Amino acid sequence: MKEMSVIVRVTAALMTAPILIFGMYQMMHGHLTPGGGFPGGAIAATAVAMLLVAYGGDRFKTALKKDTLAMLESIGLLGFILLALHFGPKVTLFKNIMANTGGLFGTQIAYGINPGNLNTAGHIPLMELAVGLEVFAALSIIIYLMYTAGGANET
Amino acid sequence: MNSVLKILTLLVIALFIIVSAVSMRPFGEPDDYSMDFYVIMHTQEETGSNNAVDAVVFDYRGLDTLGEACILFTAATGVFLVFGRTAHVPKERVRDSRMIKSKVVAGK
Repeated sequence: MKEMSVIVRVTAALMTAPILIFGMYQMMHGHLTPGGGFPGGAIAATAVAMLLVAYGGDRFKTALKKDTLAMLESIGLLGFILLALHFGPKVTLFKNIMANTGGLFGTQIAYGINPGNLNTAGHIPLMELAVGLEVFAALSIIIYLMYTAGGANET
Repeated sequence: MNSVLKILTLLVIALFIIVSAVSMRPFGEPDDYSMDFYVIMHTQEETGSNNAVDAVVFDYRGLDTLGEACILFTAATGVFLVFGRTAHVPKERVRDSRMIKSKVVAGK
């Protein structure tokens, strides 16, 4: 596929960073506001779709290889599973041992309505980040492969 | 016989939908309250999360989310298998398959 006109390309390049930042914001604030890893990853994948349409498959391939996306996807899913596993005195799955301990993401919060603190909720924000990375890479790779599959590489 | 079976199936499905619509509980009055109240009262002290929905998705029912992530991973793998193949086909084989196709069309 050929790249589009210079107006579309410059607009896509300008909008990429705000879209990616908004996706990251959705991922990291999942425990405070509506949103989370799945919508955040989908929002971040729209930036990849926009760049792909604006710049064409051949030029996009030099910037981001599909093996990189596949690796990011595997890292996301593996990180999610490893964050869920806790090897303590007992091996547990999805036990939130980091919450309310005072360490990383472990600030105590008051019971009831409060303004909210980003540094809370234990393993939930880290899991959101892992799931967001996996959703972003999976949707990007699906869009990328379906875009380049229509005979763009053969001729 | 076949049409009778189709009509019977349609009637059974319609009966199921009508019965379930009539016997539906009113909105906002679930069968069992205890789980809801447990989550609402204990979310902040157990998970430290202000968002109870997110605490349910990633903490109380985290295994469900793990399955969802695995579904997405499997879907991306399937797309990779279906669409990623065309990039690796040598040019000669593509040309051969096109020739075979044109021959078949001409033979008809």
